[in-house]
Amino acid sequence: MPKLKSQNDSPLVPMPTDSYIPERDLGKSPVLEARHLGIDFGGLTAVDDFNLTIGRTEIAGLIGPNGAGKTTVFNLLTKVYQPTRGTIMIDGIDTHGMTTAQVNKLGVARTFQNIRLFDNLSVEDNVKLGMHNQIKYGMVSGILRLPSYWKQERIAHERALELLSIFDMQDLAGVKAGSLPYGAQRRLEIVRALGTNPSLLLLDEPAAGMNPSETAELMENIIKIRDTFQIAIMLIEHDMNLVMGICEGICVLNFGKVIAKGTPEDIQSNPVVIEAYLGKKKEA
Amino acid sequence: MNDEKDEVISMEFLSYLISGVSLGSVYAIIALGYTMVYGIAKMLNFAHGDVIMVGGYISLMAMSSLGLPWWLAVILAMLVCTVLGVVIEGLAYKPLRAAPSLAVLITAIGVSYFLQNSALLIWGANPKAYTPIISGAVKLFDGQLSISYVSILTVFMCLVIMVALTMFTGKTRMGKAMRACSEDKAAAQLMGINVNRTISMTFAIGSALAAIAGVLLCSSYTSLMPTTGSMPGIKAFTAAVFGGIGSIPGALLGGILLGIIESMAKAYISTQLANSIVFAVLIIMLLVRPAGLLGKYVPEKV
Amino acid sequence: MKKLKKTTAIDFATYAGVILAFVVITVMKDQGMLTRSLKGQLVPICCYIVMAVSLNLTVGVLGELSLGHAGFMSVGAFSGVVAAMGLQSAIPSEPLRLAIALVVGAAFAAMAGAIVGVPVLRLRGDYLAIVTLAFGEIIKELINCLIVGVDSQGLHLIFNATGTKGVSDLGLLEGGKVLIKGAQGATGTQTIASFTAGFILIMVSLVVVLNLVRSRSGRAIMALRDNRIAAESVGINVTKYKLMAFVTSAALAGAAGALYGLNFSNLVATKFDFNTSILVLVFVVLGGLGNIWGSILAATVLTILPEALRGFDDYRMLIYAVVLILVMLATNNPQLKALLAKLIPHSRKGEEANA
Repeated sequence: MPKLKSQNDSPLVPMPTDSYIPERDLGKSPVLEARHLGIDFGGLTAVDDFNLTIGRTEIAGLIGPNGAGKTTVFNLLTKVYQPTRGTIMIDGIDTHGMTTAQVNKLGVARTFQNIRLFDNLSVEDNVKLGMHNQIKYGMVSGILRLPSYWKQERIAHERALELLSIFDMQDLAGVKAGSLPYGAQRRLEIVRALGTNPSLLLLDEPAAGMNPSETAELMENIIKIRDTFQIAIMLIEHDMNLVMGICEGICVLNFGKVIAKGTPEDIQSNPVVIEAYLGKKKEA
Repeated sequence: MNDEKDEVISMEFLSYLISGVSLGSVYAIIALGYTMVYGIAKMLNFAHGDVIMVGGYISLMAMSSLGLPWWLAVILAMLVCTVLGVVIEGLAYKPLRAAPSLAVLITAIGVSYFLQNSALLIWGANPKAYTPIISGAVKLFDGQLSISYVSILTVFMCLVIMVALTMFTGKTRMGKAMRACSEDKAAAQLMGINVNRTISMTFAIGSALAAIAGVLLCSSYTSLMPTTGSMPGIKAFTAAVFGGIGSIPGALLGGILLGIIESMAKAYISTQLANSIVFAVLIIMLLVRPAGLLGKYVPEKV
Repeated sequence: MKKLKKTTAIDFATYAGVILAFVVITVMKDQGMLTRSLKGQLVPICCYIVMAVSLNLTVGVLGELSLGHAGFMSVGAFSGVVAAMGLQSAIPSEPLRLAIALVVGAAFAAMAGAIVGVPVLRLRGDYLAIVTLAFGEIIKELINCLIVGVDSQGLHLIFNATGTKGVSDLGLLEGGKVLIKGAQGATGTQTIASFTAGFILIMVSLVVVLNLVRSRSGRAIMALRDNRIAAESVGINVTKYKLMAFVTSAALAGAAGALYGLNFSNLVATKFDFNTSILVLVFVVLGGLGNIWGSILAATVLTILPEALRGFDDYRMLIYAVVLILVMLATNNPQLKALLAKLIPHSRKGEEANA
């Protein structure tokens, strides 16, 4: 566990924030704190003044109409884009100037809205790539196949199958990732992300393209993952049943700005949200 | 005494500058062909340089064997190259529209080998002497500075082509269709633009320009062989990248700057390392501005 | 699991094929069954195989198009020649000197690869391709300016950028030798390369490339090829692994270059120009991207083919060009592919089994 480097003097008490944090996480430092986060694209402000705190084992939802900037927030948190303004703290460490890979080593893993698997590699290799930084042997050991290669690869193989078994995919280990059906590809992305041993898992529309029974299964699995690995999960999702069903805290984004935060009950009864988001849905 | 020496040096500099601009204008004309094709078909047409060589041979044959006047020879060369460009596109590149870019690149290399070796069979490996389409030179400053008419014509042609192309892509239906295709082929197709015809048209224009470039290049180097087109072709592509690929003013700017750099490097640094200096400038340029001088950088969407 | 076994089986088949070919050719050579021209081709074929296998690491496995691979071969060739000739009196054993020359060639090419790779690998796609081409040309011109000699005091080196210097400027003592004469290249090299050395070099490159690809590092390299952004998201250091693939590829090309250089008594830098880079790229593409045994086969067949077409003389390069275009069309055009599949039902089955 890295030492906290936050300006916050008493790290065990979260910053005064309007974010919702589940009661069980209140005594612990938050896994993520974003403060006044913003990004401009050529003079156009895509996200502005984004503040969010996520507890250690929270399942959080990020919702909003199309084009609200949800995926942009994920891209900022994972440093695919460098923020124009504001700070992101992971485990109390400021990620200023870090790359995507460095942020991942700090414990942020993600999936993508438009699936990004290593299509030409096997399912097992995709998971092993998630575990890349946990497998410890170098280039030379790999080329000369020294004992460390055999040992580490064996451990990695077993661990990969174990992770795949979360979604009951261990039998697909040898299949090319690109030839998997859509739903399995989405699940494989989650397994790959778990392979990086994250403390915060970002899921970008995990239920997209799934039918109601698949979605119900996914909801169970997300909770199972949180319980097994004791990690925080933040997800972007349009399926309100999923969001309201499993998220403990929800953040609503519209035109790049946070318009509401709170528990599912708060959000469902919030007139601003209904107007900006749910209201529109009723019209349609 | 000193003044006179300075004057000689500055005259020398001026004449290198002029030959650089003239060489650069040829690069610019070739680069226009590269940049238009790349902008629309998103392919590196390695055979473009060899179309220049074909243009050179056709005009040479027309003038020496058929005895045609130079302007008719140029028109004939343009016609042949236009047809050649469209045929190459139709036979070799069109079937590969959906193929990976590497496959298209290898095919283009194959076409380049094909053209070079066909030329080798038809016209032989020995360099042929090329009579410039106009001879003579303007003498300035009591004959201290002489500028050949070929240089003047080259620069003039380059500017004319630039203006004509800018107007063509900006004002005409076909030109607008080209720009639309280079932005987004699928959307252009949905708007009723015939993408295949537009791409063929681009190859036709690019190849006609290559013919002009061939005549001008051979007129300044006064010799011609089957591999004449490859190095200028590579450098012109460098020029297109330098200026920002896909951009017509970029091709002009890149071509002329590259010509000047090459001419100055040859004169003042090293003849043997002239190409290296040109390429080194390109590399530094791309590291500072990855999209070239006038190109726009499009980040990858996540 | 099944897949894993399959890749291992392909690797073993590749090693076995190369060993078998070596044994058969050696026996044929000893029995005097090879023509003179074919015998002369044996070492160059080995060099081109190593070139193709190493370029496949950059183009097929890493997925970046390099048009300057011959540049690294050139660096390896000339540094290898200088090493072998410079040590001529110090190390009398030819095989040992050859081995040292190959290592020196690989080391210098790896250095060149690192120098080129750091800026180049920041670029993408066609920009990267054009810059590798540019570096290949730069390396060629730089070597063209080198004048190197050796005498009892050690190596003497002049960089002849202005073209005004000559061999006499080296100031060699009596008994000294000129090794590289600028644009005239390396002359009077003692040809110590052998087919056996070529075979060993192929085996070493196969071990390096195949084992690298099947290891943690190789997975990371392929992940960059398949999806760079996803690779970064799982904590893979882009620069490190791109550079690893590029430098390894350059080092192997350097070793191949050193072997090539020590196979001819005269060698000029223009031999390793853009056309040579393209030639090797063609081997890689026709053999199949990422397919190592395909590279070996393509390099062998396409090196022998122009020789075999000697009878057609003037037409052989033309035929080569047409074959190249037709193969690309046949393997990449959907309609033609479907037509071929109908004509040859077996090939279709094979394709499905491979998928």
